[in-house]
Amino acid sequence: MSWAILLVIGAGAYAFKAGGALLGLRFTDSERAQSVLLLLPPALLTALILVWTLDGGERLVLDARLVGVGVGALAAWRKAPFVVVVLLAAGVTAAVRALA
Amino acid sequence: MITGHRRDSVVLGTAVGIFGVTFGVLATTSGLTVAQACAMSLLVFTGASQFAAVGVIGAGGAAASAIGTALLLAARNGAYALTIGRLLPQRVVGRLVAAQIVIDESTAMALAETDEKAARESFYVTGLAVYVFWNLGTLLGALTGEAIGDPEAWGLDAAFPAGFITFVLPHVSERPGLVAALVGGTIAVIAVPLTPAGAPVLLAVVGSVAGWLVMRRGPQEGATP
Repeated sequence: MSWAILLVIGAGAYAFKAGGALLGLRFTDSERAQSVLLLLPPALLTALILVWTLDGGERLVLDARLVGVGVGALAAWRKAPFVVVVLLAAGVTAAVRALA
Repeated sequence: MITGHRRDSVVLGTAVGIFGVTFGVLATTSGLTVAQACAMSLLVFTGASQFAAVGVIGAGGAAASAIGTALLLAARNGAYALTIGRLLPQRVVGRLVAAQIVIDESTAMALAETDEKAARESFYVTGLAVYVFWNLGTLLGALTGEAIGDPEAWGLDAAFPAGFITFVLPHVSERPGLVAALVGGTIAVIAVPLTPAGAPVLLAVVGSVAGWLVMRRGPQEGATP
């Protein structure tokens, strides 16, 4: 990979972060903007969780991840601590993969 | 003593660090020098973008395609920065520096806290832990050229979505948040086979508008006997 490509990606990736951060300075007064912003996390994070669990390279796949994340979700719902949820999900997924 | 969200930050950082090693190995086997692999992790600091860019180049793809994919995957950080704006420094210079550690992990951890001071601390501790571990992992992987085992064999790829569930739960306890999550999640899943990588999560922004519409309607409904 050339340095030029690398630097373009670096600059572009940072531009999104910096752009969002600076835009946030202007948004703080609007109550409507604030309430939509507060609802971004559930929408974005839920999307991220599902994509991480089901994405098989531009198609949906049901594999060991789904079993592990399912068990993790159950533990999270029963108020298990973060570390327990993470270890359970990884352990179950690894076990399913080892058995398959 | 390390307790609560600090411990969680370190756990997240460690998991990210293991993926960092994998990235360092993949980068150097795809033709990047050690310096380039490290520069990428220091500058881009967005795992999904880096893996995608190196993957495209390694497979002999075009530069434009590598850049396009990487940036599409990096775009959600802009939405994150907007969302956690109140936690970032109010002065422009400080804000521009803190922006670099606005990523999936730091945002999710910060937003899981209700208290603003705890949220701010959680953002910085997680962001810095992930930054340090990701870059150390990259250096290690690029120098040794050997992965410390396959993270997928350990189920680590499932650890992230599962861990993030604990961050989402506080946001879906009321109806607007629940609607935002359901609509956003559904859109993303439908979009996975139809759109390029990175787009599904961006499209989920629509979910927050749906949640907002529900929130606006909510109080009036409750007022009618």
